[in-house]
Parts: sequence; C-alpha cells; structure tokens
Amino acid sequence: MIYLLKRSLKDMLSRLFLNTLTIISIAMAVLIFSAALLFFVHADQLLRIWLADLRIMVYLKKDISEAETGHIREQIEKMPEVAELVFIPKEKALNRFRQQMGKQASLAEGLRENPLPDSFEVRLFLSAGNWKAVAPLAGQIAEMAKVEDVEYGEQWLGKFIHILNLFRMSAYVLGGIFFLAAVFFVANTIRLVLWSRREEIEIMRLFGATESFIKDPFYLQALFMGTAGGVSGLGGLYLILQIISQNTAVYVPQEFFQLRFLPLETALAILAGSMLTGWTGCFFSLRQFLKS
Amino acid sequence: MAYEDKSAMIRILHVHKRYGSKNALRDVTLDIFDKEFLFISGPSGAGKTTLLKLLYLGEKVTGGNIIVDGQNLSRIPRRELPFLRRKFGIIFQDFKLIPGKSVYENIALVAEAVGTRRKLIRKKVGSLLRNVGMEDRADALPRSLSGGEQQRVAVARAIAGNPKIIVADEPTGSLDPESADVIMDLLRQYRNLGATIIIATHDTQRIRSTGGRVIILREGRVESACVIPKME
Repeated sequence: MIYLLKRSLKDMLSRLFLNTLTIISIAMAVLIFSAALLFFVHADQLLRIWLADLRIMVYLKKDISEAETGHIREQIEKMPEVAELVFIPKEKALNRFRQQMGKQASLAEGLRENPLPDSFEVRLFLSAGNWKAVAPLAGQIAEMAKVEDVEYGEQWLGKFIHILNLFRMSAYVLGGIFFLAAVFFVANTIRLVLWSRREEIEIMRLFGATESFIKDPFYLQALFMGTAGGVSGLGGLYLILQIISQNTAVYVPQEFFQLRFLPLETALAILAGSMLTGWTGCFFSLRQFLKS
Repeated sequence: MAYEDKSAMIRILHVHKRYGSKNALRDVTLDIFDKEFLFISGPSGAGKTTLLKLLYLGEKVTGGNIIVDGQNLSRIPRRELPFLRRKFGIIFQDFKLIPGKSVYENIALVAEAVGTRRKLIRKKVGSLLRNVGMEDRADALPRSLSGGEQQRVAVARAIAGNPKIIVADEPTGSLDPESADVIMDLLRQYRNLGATIIIATHDTQRIRSTGGRVIILREGRVESACVIPKME
C-alpha cells in the first residue's frame, strides 16, 4: 500500500500543473453545488420558522352564544392537523390591537363600541411537505355555522415554496452538469497520464502485470484528486460563509436566524460524491485505454 | 536428434492467423520442447513475429490451438492472462526499454509487475545486472547506452520474472557481431538454467554459430525443420 501511494504521488508530482488544474475544477464544482445546497438549508430553516408561526385566524359572528363558541372549539380541536387552539375574546383582541399600533393607539380611543369580533387562533402541525393542507382545513372551518371569516397567509407561502422548489430543481440539474464536467476533467487528466506512460503499461502487460497492478495507482490518483477537490471546495465555502456571517451578524438577530455550515452528513456526502467523481473519470479513461 | 520422446512445452496445432484478407500463418503445427533452443527462421513476412506473438497471446489465433505448459490458450480466461505471460520473457529487436527510466528501473519494473517481494527486488536486479555485465550502468538512461548494452538490459529484464520460456524477436538484428555474440551467450546460459529459448531470426550465420533446431517458415507455412550443430 505504501509503495502504491509512493507510485501515485510520484505520478502526480511529475504532472503537478495538470493535476492542480483538475483539483481546482473539481473544487469549483463542489463549491458551487455546496453553495446551492447551503442556500436551501437556510431557506428550509426560514420556511420552518414561518410555518411554525403560521396561524389560521377564525373570526366568529357577533351574535354567537357561548354554547355555539364551545361547539366550534370542539369541532376544530377534533381536527388532526390542529396543534393548538387559543380563544381570543374581542376585548383582548382590542387590547392587542392597541399594543400593536403603539403611538397610533389613539385611533381606537374614540370608538363607542368594540368593532372586533371574538376569534380563535389555530396553530397547525405544518411542514414544507404538507403546507397545502392549510387551504382545505381553512375551507372546512369557514363553512361552520357562526364563523364569519377565516384568514391565513396561504398565497405568499405557496409562492415562496414554489420558487424554492424551482431553485431546488435547477440546482440538481446544475449539480449534474458540474458533476459531468468534473468527470470529464479527471478523465482527460488520467488519459494524458496514460498516454504518456503507454509504453510502460504495454511492457507491464506483456510481462504479466495484473490489471489491478496497472490500474490501482491511477484510481488512487483520481481518488486523491477527488478528495483534494472536495476538501478545497467545502473549505472555500466554509471561509466564504465565515466572512458573510461576520458581516451580517449586525443586521440579522442571531436568535431569529443563524447562518451555519452544511450538516456534517451532507458535507461528508459531498466529499464522497467528489471522490466518486474522481473514480468515475478514471474508470472511463482506463476502460477506454486498456481496451485499445 | 529425436524429439518425439521429450515432453512438449508448447504445442502448436493447425494454427491459422489472418489479418483481414492476408494469411500470416497457414496450418502451422509444431512442438517446442522443454529446455530447447529453437530458431524460427525464414524471409521477411514469413510469419515469424506473428508466431511468437501468438505464443504469449500478444495476438489471438484465427484457427487452431496453442497449448503452453498444459494450458490451451484459446480457453484461457482474461484474469489468467497475466499469469500465462509470466511464463514468458520477451526480447524485442528494438529493445523497448522505457526511455524515462534508468537501467535499474527498467528491470525492477518487471520484477515488481510479476509480484517479486519489495525487499528482494534490489538484490535481484543487482544480480541480473551483474550477469549481463551492466552493474556499473544501473543509473544510466537507455539513450546513453549502445545498442548492445540496451539489448543486454533487455535480456536482464526478460529474465527478471524467472520465466520458463524466452521469446526473442530478432534479438541480434540491430547489433554488431560482437554484441550479438554476447546476447546469444546470455541466452544459452539461461537455457542451461532450464529455460526454453525461442528465437525468431533470418540471420543464418548466427544460427550456424549457435546451433539448435531450426524451423523455416515461408509464406506462413512450415517449410522445413532441421537440427544444426554448433559450429566449432
């Protein structure tokens, strides 16, 4: 194994420029793909915050009795998607309105009677996967007797999730293109090395070298290029994130939203993908070369 | 000299080889015996090089069978090919030394390729270089050597894997007579250690001075066979 490593290292050092270029190309592919993934990690984080905060407001009719209010409460609580149900009497709603208005609270001073209705605040078990359940649920509640109106932020949320999914698809397509480009770079580098060593390989084959004796140093070299490219790409992304994080810490409250690096398992999967890129490029070059 | 009672190291049975519409070998049948010194002779284009290549599966037969040390080459699986080739040491007319590697590295490459233990390689290559009289040129690159010296390195490389059979294609074709004598002496020494030597050559003078069985090929067929004693 040590001998194999020495052979691969010697080969790589003898073509340092070419190998460096290939490592840079893999690193760029990894950096761009990881940056897209990191964007989605943060977008998902934002989405989770928004979804956790999403509530359906159920406004009741003014002439509703206590018994009818209790009946509506029972019906809503039975719904499996409902996580929490809070009754907001109209007095509390007015107080909350005044607090939210702040300096403009005087607007509500001249009111002879409270114009706000009693309401329920419904919090749901929501995720990006089942956000569409909000609309039919709200429709069901709206049809209940003595319910005046139902409000929720479905439209802007739907648009946001649609755009996010579109970005996600584009990132996967781009990722595939970068993967192919990186494979192409590795394959060409290995092909050049093979071409420059063709006489040596021919002699080794004629004198009884096994396929693995010939191939292993090239696979090792390609795996090294993949690993070095992956580590450089991820390292570059980490540095960029640190710089962005330091510069935005002043504007974004940390308790609300935190910039963080990719989860360990995602970073490791990217590194494995980068190694696979090296291996795949090498595989195609060797297959083509040794067949000829 | 009777060969019928000896065991055949290689059996060539009704072998045909065709390149497109050209017949390189036609119905060649021949036994090559253990520890034999065999010359394959004939004019250019007679099929000498093709026949040698078929032996170590450098080419595949179009028809017929070749059996090497009990193994039928037509039925040999791909994974077994390296192990078949380890039975052969090949010497080329144009030496085929790796230009970027030193004399030592050229020989060590084959020793490594056949799986010689790392610790033994230095010792083995040193011994081979002494045998061919090149121990003081171990670090030299092939381009700094004369033709005779390069061929001596090629002989050392051919025997680095301890092959049972040496196959040499015009090994003295580009050498001066003195260097050619050295190469033939080295091959004879290796035969005396128990190997079978097969040499393709059209140099009849060299055959007479060395002696051995001679197979004459002409237009892809075995034209004649005879045994020539070593000229004193």
